[in-house]
Amino acid sequence: MSNLKILVGCKRVIDFAVKPRVNSAKKAVETANVKHSLNPFDEIAVEEALRLREKLGNNIVKEIIALTCGPPKAQEQLRTALAMGADKAVHVEVGKDDSEANILQPLSVAKLFRAIIEKEQPNLVILGKQAIDDDASQTGQMLAGLLNWPQATFASKVDINDDKLTVTREVDGGLETISCKLPAIVTTDLRLNEPRFATLPNIMKAKKKPLVKYTPDQLNVDITPRLEIISVTEPPVRKGGTKVESVEELISKLKQAGL
Amino acid sequence: MSYIPNLRIGLTRNTLLKNFIIGNVGNVGRKRIISFRYFANSIESSTSGAEIPAKKHAPTKEVSFTADKYTYLHRNHNFKELTQDDIRFFASILPASGLIIDNEDDLMPYNVDWMRKYRGKSRLVARPKTTKQVSQILKYCNENKLAVVPQGGNTGLVGGGVPVFDEIIINTNNLNQIRSFDPVAGTLTCDAGCILEVLDNYLAKRGYMMPLDLGAKGSCHIGGNVATNAGGLRLLRYGSLHGSVLGLEVVLPDGTILDNLSTLRKDNTGYDIKQLFIGSEGTLGIITGVSILTPSKPKAVNVAVLGVNSFQNVQNAFVTSKNKLSEILSAFEFWDSNSLKLLKAHNIQGTKFPLEDNYPFYVLVEISGSNKDHDDEKLQNFLEELLTNEIVKDGVVAQDDTQIATLWSLREGIPEACSKAGAVYKYDISIPLSVFYQMVEDIRNRLQSAGVLGEDKLVKDVIGYGHIGDGNLHLNITAKSYDPEITNLIEPYVYEWTEQHNGSISAEHGLGLMKANYLRYSKSPSMISIMKQIKQNIDPNGIMNPYKFLPAQ
Ligand SMILES: Cc1cc2nc3c(=O)[nH]c(=O)nc-3n(C[C@H](O)[C@H](O)[C@H](O)COP(=O)(O)OP(=O)(O)OC[C@H]3O[C@@H](n4cnc5c(N)ncnc54)[C@H](O)[C@@H]3O)c2cc1C
Repeated sequence: MSNLKILVGCKRVIDFAVKPRVNSAKKAVETANVKHSLNPFDEIAVEEALRLREKLGNNIVKEIIALTCGPPKAQEQLRTALAMGADKAVHVEVGKDDSEANILQPLSVAKLFRAIIEKEQPNLVILGKQAIDDDASQTGQMLAGLLNWPQATFASKVDINDDKLTVTREVDGGLETISCKLPAIVTTDLRLNEPRFATLPNIMKAKKKPLVKYTPDQLNVDITPRLEIISVTEPPVRKGGTKVESVEELISKLKQAGL
Repeated sequence: MSYIPNLRIGLTRNTLLKNFIIGNVGNVGRKRIISFRYFANSIESSTSGAEIPAKKHAPTKEVSFTADKYTYLHRNHNFKELTQDDIRFFASILPASGLIIDNEDDLMPYNVDWMRKYRGKSRLVARPKTTKQVSQILKYCNENKLAVVPQGGNTGLVGGGVPVFDEIIINTNNLNQIRSFDPVAGTLTCDAGCILEVLDNYLAKRGYMMPLDLGAKGSCHIGGNVATNAGGLRLLRYGSLHGSVLGLEVVLPDGTILDNLSTLRKDNTGYDIKQLFIGSEGTLGIITGVSILTPSKPKAVNVAVLGVNSFQNVQNAFVTSKNKLSEILSAFEFWDSNSLKLLKAHNIQGTKFPLEDNYPFYVLVEISGSNKDHDDEKLQNFLEELLTNEIVKDGVVAQDDTQIATLWSLREGIPEACSKAGAVYKYDISIPLSVFYQMVEDIRNRLQSAGVLGEDKLVKDVIGYGHIGDGNLHLNITAKSYDPEITNLIEPYVYEWTEQHNGSISAEHGLGLMKANYLRYSKSPSMISIMKQIKQNIDPNGIMNPYKFLPAQ
């Protein structure tokens, strides 16, 4: 079987456990002084790359590269990926801090990824099926389009045999299994795996692993947003229910509600 | 209503994600980690073994009456038995919803304790809504010599919150209003029946938090916490309730309302009477209001769990943590491999265990500060030193809040896992760290040589966990059932052992019924005599939580 070089996406997002608040301008969520972490679906992507290496061996999976596009602090998320076991990190620096997270839209990210892929030449790219901040779920698909590579999105199981990638996907009616040739793009679904914790020895080792930095200019990528965000609002507050005393009252309430 | 004490447990990331994030992109929203009330002793799941049939309502009957089990106890005949006149009086003070009378099923959750070890025979639960009602009720009980038990969330672990015989239960469920919060000083004033977690959530929205936290937070009341002087998981950093409670409102047995709800941090005028009620376990009066100093919620928190090869190295890690983490160290907890085994056996949440290999000891270190970069760097240095000096072999560091919650759920899940194992003998002991774990080993050896320890024997396991940072060991002995043979092997041995090593027989759970007669192992005769004088003075008829706290003779 041929060599595998895996690139994984690692986006910095507001921590899953934090309740986001809309900012006063109603154009974005508040990011200042809010805890940020690695996008959970990206964490699953890193885990899957590591499991592929554990399964196929070091002589097949030659390198696992973690890539992030974001502010300087996004290096924290690269450190997480390295501490989990990735070999090398690439940081495309965009924006000065988390307040500028909106600059990057999926198409720009896909183009930045393409530029890095041209440099690093991976033959398997694993991304999260979406980031939990904008929930766009577009980057993987756009990247496949730009590269003209096959894509296997929403993967709940990944197998590699020689050059053949077999992916099980969760679809509405059940499971769908597809296969394609490498190089390819995979996006991860929740049930693909359960990510490991970063262990102490690996955290220490991660400090010595290489981290390469680029800017969009150096990569010749124009990241000018194509979409304008008009407004961001909180979901409507759920109205509390009421208790009824009797069946009659229930029926009359249902009638009132036009049911 | 069946007997189901509530216990909060944090949902782990997986249950959450699985419940909420399913397939479709459009549905994916960010969900907050919520705590929910987990029915800890829910009938089907808690009954391991044949003693308790898995039938609704039936198992509660299986808890035998305290009075039958502990034959040294005798009802004090100076106390009156409840009459129709008394019931009429209570009904004149409280609405029907505030009273439970003579309905065995409804009374059950108030008569039986969380461990299902103690069971009283009370015929009446009163649930007042106001301090005035509490005052009217106590005054009446005192004049008529009706004995009472104050009760909060009924999560106490020493049988203090449930009646022994037919004492009337005065429960604080309905005393649940937050009275005021000062966002500048951080002082909170509230009713005694507010649930700890409700208060913590209220404060979180305002950038503050409660100075204490414990596994029972979804059910226990702040009044119960104060009455037991609860310690818990934040004591290392924020100190005991003797420091953070600023004022109390207490109703004395004669109905007097002692209003000492001060929010002043400094007040040197006369004897500090509120201190007497902190840790008085319902024997002097009923706490109806609490004002408490709350710290601001730390902005940067992280948690590491470490695998350690010897107890000596647990101590070394603790010393290193004080040196290297100093002001950001907020918890230092430990558990042994037997605790982990039990957690794995009762892993209802499907928690992922962080370390691959098994270690004799595990340590959880929490840091809380205000600057993530600064705090992370300190944590790194600390961990590096532990590895270089081979104090720890392996460990994990949380990478996000969800992992922090998962790591904490290991430590917080131990008491519950113990309770699922059958009957559990719980001892919470303060002892010097040098002999800390020796106690667990000695008890293990003692039960082993008596031939009662083993998978199919009376005693299933002896486990140790607790708050290293506070010198507080939780020694738990899991058994098939509560059996006098086991009790006699453990007690007073544990208490004598503690006394010999200059420890305290109760670090945080209190004395209650369980340890009332063992007070002498930790306090001198002259101390006990002063305590009795205080009790006699404030509660001359002895109606407040009788048979408990102080030794009988
Ligand atoms: C899973 C679990 C974990 C725990 N962890 C810890 C821990 O880490 N640290 C710790 O210290 N304890 C711990 N505990 C025990 C602890 O004492 C209680 O959880 C809590 O403090 C008691 O509060 P409560 O409202 O349930 O009181 P209850 O159990 O109802 O009552 C406890 C005692 O206080 C008295 N009392 C209650 N309310 C009042 C009042 N308003 N006025 C006067 N007297 C009153 C009762 O008469 C009784 O003597 C734990 C318990 C459980 C079940």
